[in-house]
Amino acid sequence: MASLLLTDVAKSYGKVEVLKNIDLDIKTGELIVFVGPSGCGKSTLLRMIAGLESISSGDFQIDGERMNEVPPSKRGIAMVFQSYALYPHMTVRDNMSFSLQIAKMSKKEIDERVAKAARILQLEQYLDRLPKALSGGQRQRVAIGRSIVRDPKVYLFDEPLSNLDAALRVDTRIEIAQLKEDMPNSTMIYVTHDQVEAMTLATRIVVLNNVTHTIGQVGTPLELYEKPKNTFVAQFIGSPKMNLLEATVTGVGDSTEVKLTHGETVTVPIPSNGASVGDKVEFGIRPEDFLVADDGADVIYSGEALYTEKLGEVTVVYLKGGAGVSPLIAKIPGIAHVKKGETLHLTGAPEKMHLFAGDGESFLYK
Amino acid sequence: MAAIAGTKSSLTWAVHLSVAALVLLWIFPTAGLLVSSFRTTDQIRSSGWWAAMFPATANETLRAADPDDFRVDLGDGRFAVSGNLYVEDGSVETPDDVQAVIQVWGTSSRAIDAFVPGDTADLGDGETITVQSNGDYVWEGDDDQMSGRGQRVFVTAESPPEFTLNNYQNVLFDPANREGMAQAFFNTLTVTIPATIIPILVAAFAAYALAWMDFPGRALLIAFVVALLVVPLQLALIPLLQLHNDIGIGKGYLGVWLAHTGFGMPLAIYLLRNYMVGLPRDIIENAKVDGATDFQIFVKIILPLSFPALASFAIFQFLWTWNDLLVALVFLIDATGQTTVMTRQIVELLGTRGGDWEILATSAFVSIAVPLVVFFLMQRYLVRGLLAGSVK
Amino acid sequence: MNPAVQGLITIIIGVGGCVGYFYFSNQILDKFIFPATGPQAGRNISRANAVRPWLFLFPALFALSLYLAYPVFETLRLSLTDRNAGGAFVGLDNYTQMFGEDKFWEAVRNNLLWLLIVPAASTAFGLLAAQLTDRISWGNIAKSLIFMPMAISFVGAAVIFKLIYDARPEDMAQIGIMNAVYLQLGGESPITWLTVPFWNNIFLMVVLIWIQTGFAMVILSAALRGIPEETIEAAIIDGANPFQVFFKIKMPQIAGTIVVVWTTITIVVLKVFDIVFAMTNGQWETQVLANYMYDKLFRANDWGVGSASAIIIMLMVTPILVWNVYNARKEMR
Repeated sequence: MASLLLTDVAKSYGKVEVLKNIDLDIKTGELIVFVGPSGCGKSTLLRMIAGLESISSGDFQIDGERMNEVPPSKRGIAMVFQSYALYPHMTVRDNMSFSLQIAKMSKKEIDERVAKAARILQLEQYLDRLPKALSGGQRQRVAIGRSIVRDPKVYLFDEPLSNLDAALRVDTRIEIAQLKEDMPNSTMIYVTHDQVEAMTLATRIVVLNNVTHTIGQVGTPLELYEKPKNTFVAQFIGSPKMNLLEATVTGVGDSTEVKLTHGETVTVPIPSNGASVGDKVEFGIRPEDFLVADDGADVIYSGEALYTEKLGEVTVVYLKGGAGVSPLIAKIPGIAHVKKGETLHLTGAPEKMHLFAGDGESFLYK
Repeated sequence: MAAIAGTKSSLTWAVHLSVAALVLLWIFPTAGLLVSSFRTTDQIRSSGWWAAMFPATANETLRAADPDDFRVDLGDGRFAVSGNLYVEDGSVETPDDVQAVIQVWGTSSRAIDAFVPGDTADLGDGETITVQSNGDYVWEGDDDQMSGRGQRVFVTAESPPEFTLNNYQNVLFDPANREGMAQAFFNTLTVTIPATIIPILVAAFAAYALAWMDFPGRALLIAFVVALLVVPLQLALIPLLQLHNDIGIGKGYLGVWLAHTGFGMPLAIYLLRNYMVGLPRDIIENAKVDGATDFQIFVKIILPLSFPALASFAIFQFLWTWNDLLVALVFLIDATGQTTVMTRQIVELLGTRGGDWEILATSAFVSIAVPLVVFFLMQRYLVRGLLAGSVK
Repeated sequence: MNPAVQGLITIIIGVGGCVGYFYFSNQILDKFIFPATGPQAGRNISRANAVRPWLFLFPALFALSLYLAYPVFETLRLSLTDRNAGGAFVGLDNYTQMFGEDKFWEAVRNNLLWLLIVPAASTAFGLLAAQLTDRISWGNIAKSLIFMPMAISFVGAAVIFKLIYDARPEDMAQIGIMNAVYLQLGGESPITWLTVPFWNNIFLMVVLIWIQTGFAMVILSAALRGIPEETIEAAIIDGANPFQVFFKIKMPQIAGTIVVVWTTITIVVLKVFDIVFAMTNGQWETQVLANYMYDKLFRANDWGVGSASAIIIMLMVTPILVWNVYNARKEMR
């Protein structure tokens, strides 16, 4: 039961700015995921919320109370670390009860809480083992259990699945999702560099930009996918990343007409919002939204196939992108037999198209 | 490496042999001391310790029993004396106890190897003597021949190796022995144990602060510790002795404990800090999130996890204080000599009893036995400590 | 009072005192000086956290400063004063006097000889032992035995080697292996090795080499194992023979460790005292600085010259000290 409010928060080490202009309003019961490329400061932001890093400027509140100077243990948070940070010399039981003992809770209460958490996480038969006698997944659950027993206002997860192998990662991800469902009122913040984790777990995602050190966009997973606010978010969410093509505005109004520098003229059903004819813009379309054009369809782009990857469910085709431009990517359902050098004509549904102004901002949010 | 195809096996043998030679060369000196400490004074004087491992061959002059008292009348005017040469000599109680094996013998000093065991020597005019390998003999002759002193027999005998615990008995447990090591042993122990335990705790707190707490001047303090690592303690002798005298500690245990604590501190802090810095940051931060104070983190997390480093330093400090001579000479041992330590006692013995190797060897071995035991039991920690402690 | 009881009480007072000091000083800081409650809780906590490191550091810093840092300056002061003149400042008189003594120059000469030979020999033997033992199945046992002298006191080692160098009159059995071998090889009469000038220095050094080789071996062996296996395998595939692998691939990669071993043994050499004190006490031209200093301080009771010679030792250590500090600071960045 907690809401968090960050107002114009910034972090710098000496003269190096790692985060700035961070405004974030997190409501009770949300599971917020911080994503971004490495070096974007997502872990730093989490550690600032935890109190492990000082906040250089700005204001941070939990439930309306300023937290900037409050030590970690007094913030009502619990944190699950990437390395789990289990105390190697303590049994699972002692690991889980350590914080409660420090808080001088009664023995009975500690036992109850540990038993309950162990039941939820199916750790009952491992309580008297040392961490080194557990598998990776079990250690992960102990780390989560250690935060559950504290009954914190906010759970913080710092890339908790990155040390697990692929199969276990999926299982544990589902467990975390279920855990969240069982605790609808708890607020969780989760840091990951893995899009799939972000898309599947989050109620809202915060994308952090590693170049500007600001928030790229905050929104639900589908919002970010369907309506990215800028080219950074557009290219960060989705795999392979969105194709961006240079274009020039040729017609304005409720929808916008653009001429692709290396392609055809396309009408995109997005209002021009003050753009004028002749403006340099970027036209975006996701690889999976490209379609191979039937005869008579409006072709957006024609290109020579450079290389194909047949993955079974889809075929990924890399197309020559014009002089000095990186290849375009198209994702064609099923197995497509495209020869090297063959010219492909591609089209796409107008509502799946994106337009970004010269500064990278989407026309949608102008 | 061993699995690589075409490796020459002759080279492998050369390696085995060189290592064996190196090892033998290195344990040979200590072995000498150990073996000597189990030999009697006579043995040490008569042969090198390396000979103690093999049967010793010695020439002895033995004598048959006195015929006037022991001869037996065989009739016909002939008499006989029989018995065992070693029993008559008094070196053993019964013939069964004889360990020496006679190789050759003779009845004249000019031909000591005239006969082999079992031969009968003709001494002239019907007088004979037969000697067996264990010294049993039968000596026969007429009335005139079988009188006076017993017949001399020159034997060359091989004795098996012989060892004794008497030296240890003498050095450790003889209360009348003023040069004994018992008192010095306990004194050394009294110096060593507090001087090992106290610095650990003091250093551990400082090491934690230098490893995991943020404060201005931290880097400078670490450099200070590194610098003090190599300061020769010789510099500290006079100023500190003066200080101890001024504040009334004088020479004694308290002084030597404090001195060892001070001198051990740089290595202790350096070793422990290096180790603690390597502990995972997440664990310490997690403890902070769990609400632990610095004091609690130190006691409940850092100390238990630093056990290997603590053990390393403890072994170092133990060996160093146990083996120390200089600090004890300066800060502990006063004119009464009541507080002497083993190293000092041995140096004294080297001066006064330089040739008495049974005492020297035994005393020295008493003093190095404890470190050797510690060394072999805790070698793992010692190696780890060495690796962490050498300035990189 | 029985020293053992006294020792026990000291342990209790020492350990209990430490724990008590740390515990209560933290409590006082958190509960009374900067309580983490009230309107200034946040500020108080950060203030308490700024003070706390110094609480943790104080006892150790006190011991370091008093037992190691202060003596350096006090010794420097003593070396410039004359005790018999009531501690009057005499400038460099002590040094002048010391430089005029043959025994001092003998000690300096011998010390330099020690510095030249012992670290080199120990490191070389250590490297050899490390390289050879790493390749055989019973290497760990071999290492353990070569390492063993590390546990033996210098005094114990002195006794051990005195037995080796022992000489007895010509007509008696030689119980020192040196003389036994020497006579076997056709030597005419037994030699009292420790009284043969120049060579006796070498015989003393052998003791320290015997002790320090194990140290060098352990450190270098770890360094050798730290070399990436791939670089060696690559060299073998490139056709290097074992000696080339050792000298061209392994040696350069452990050069840093060799320097560390070398300097560490150098420091031990500079402080060497017990061996000389116990075996020759500086007679027969075997004096070294540390023993010379002890002679001056405690036999001649000449604190001025004694301190001056201690300062000389300090000066010889200083380059290593500076180098170590420089490296430590570089590593921390």
